[in-house]
Amino acid sequence: MMRFSTLLKHPADWMTGAVEGSGVVLTSRVRLARNLQREPFPGWSTKERRVEVLKRVKPEVEALPEMKNGFSQELDGLTSLQKQVLVERHLISREQAARGEGSAAIVSRKQALSLMINEEDHLRMQSIRPGLALSEAYELVSSVDAQLESNLDFAFDHELGYLSACPTNLGTGMRASAMLHLPGLVLSDQIAQVLQAVGKLQLAVRGFFGEGTESLGNLFQISNQSTLGESEETIIRRLERVLEQVTSHERNARLKLFEDDADMVFDRVGRAYGTLRHAHVIASKEALNLLSLLRLGADLNFFPSETGGTCDSLLMEIQPAHLQLHSGKKLTPEKRDAIRAEIIRTRLQSLEPPAMKEQQAGEEWPPASDTIVDS
Amino acid sequence: MQCNFCDKKATVFLTQLVNGEMKKMCLCEECAEEKGVTDPAGFSLADSVIGQEPVSGQGEIAGGAGEGVSCPVCGFTFGKFQQVGRLGCSECYTTFSDEISRRLGGMHKGVVHVGRVPEGLVEAHARQQRLDQLRSRLEQAIAAENYEEAAGLRDEIHEVETSVVTQP
Repeated sequence: MMRFSTLLKHPADWMTGAVEGSGVVLTSRVRLARNLQREPFPGWSTKERRVEVLKRVKPEVEALPEMKNGFSQELDGLTSLQKQVLVERHLISREQAARGEGSAAIVSRKQALSLMINEEDHLRMQSIRPGLALSEAYELVSSVDAQLESNLDFAFDHELGYLSACPTNLGTGMRASAMLHLPGLVLSDQIAQVLQAVGKLQLAVRGFFGEGTESLGNLFQISNQSTLGESEETIIRRLERVLEQVTSHERNARLKLFEDDADMVFDRVGRAYGTLRHAHVIASKEALNLLSLLRLGADLNFFPSETGGTCDSLLMEIQPAHLQLHSGKKLTPEKRDAIRAEIIRTRLQSLEPPAMKEQQAGEEWPPASDTIVDS
Repeated sequence: MQCNFCDKKATVFLTQLVNGEMKKMCLCEECAEEKGVTDPAGFSLADSVIGQEPVSGQGEIAGGAGEGVSCPVCGFTFGKFQQVGRLGCSECYTTFSDEISRRLGGMHKGVVHVGRVPEGLVEAHARQQRLDQLRSRLEQAIAAENYEEAAGLRDEIHEVETSVVTQP
């Protein structure tokens, strides 16, 4: 089995954005909730019974071929800092991190799959893939589900489907979501309108680092709200259609920004570059927003193509637990801001200034480098 | 104001629009953290809010029809569900089926599961869905005083009911 340090040293492909076509949709995630029949749900169970469930479920999960050479860890064996790091990497949920004895996380070697035992439900299995790839993520997690159900009796009702601790997860027990980077819609003040339209389709939208439309880093998460009454495929197809539409709105918004005020875009990206390259103290909020602009610049080919991936890695590396782990000690907020700036400077030190004016003379604006809309 | 999830004093007040309906919640610091309310990145926020009844004046909601009944498997009560928005075990869905089905309407696209079925239950599930369908057609036929069709449907239901389900 993989050690915690090994897991940390090798971030997953979907964390580092090193994949073509993750310009607007960064990641796609599908999770399934499953429970054992007639066994109290973790929130209503005793410690002894939770440990029993763990003993039954964990060997089954570890035996999956997908989990070969993976990471398997009981939560009470991790420090709170280590748990926090796993949360920041989206490998476990915040709810899971609050738990100790009787809970465990099992992550596949490449980190495309992670399973949590005794979170809100007995079993939460999730798959995360880079770019717009909900079907791929569903297939991965569904195959794990099928293998596990042959040895574990999952609670299922002919009318209500898979039975979950919370009725909002009944039916398929599936939550599919995508993380989107929407600076064009934010800069052009169209974001509220678009998010409102999405909300009307029984899909949930939330800022990724922050609330509502004032999301930090212009990152948003869209997910299905309803889990009962529609098949997994229908839910995913509907969500995918919406994501494609939002993507195309975002691309149009960027195009329009250039037509209307190219200097403004150059200025924002240029200033972001300058500040990130030279700041010595930077708060989380400012860093996230500037990294968003740098990422936009990379999408527009102002920077080499790998810059987008660097931004995505930095999003993770500058979060509190990662900073603390990096420096090896507890940090005051002031010190945190200094170390954050230092990490960013180091990562961007060889990044050339944005090549903007020359490109403007080119005929194609903005360059269609990652057209994930057409499939 | 008391926290909706425990007995402590509520210091976090959350108002959210869910499907056009205003939902209010009062939480203490600890529960707010646990439910991910103070953490905007938390996935559980909408879940816990939707599962929650709108708050009445006292903060504590009076028990409904299921009051006093407890789940034979895990001992959970429906009053507890109204506090925490979660159930005790899979059997609770049978124990409190009426109360739960009344709440499902606005929560999901439908009230009957469509989609994946555990492999061992595929046949039984198809049979159950067929029976449900025939029974609702029978009701319609009777309501329309179409007794000939009703008789046919009744026979068909009987046939499905007595057919042996082969367990794998």
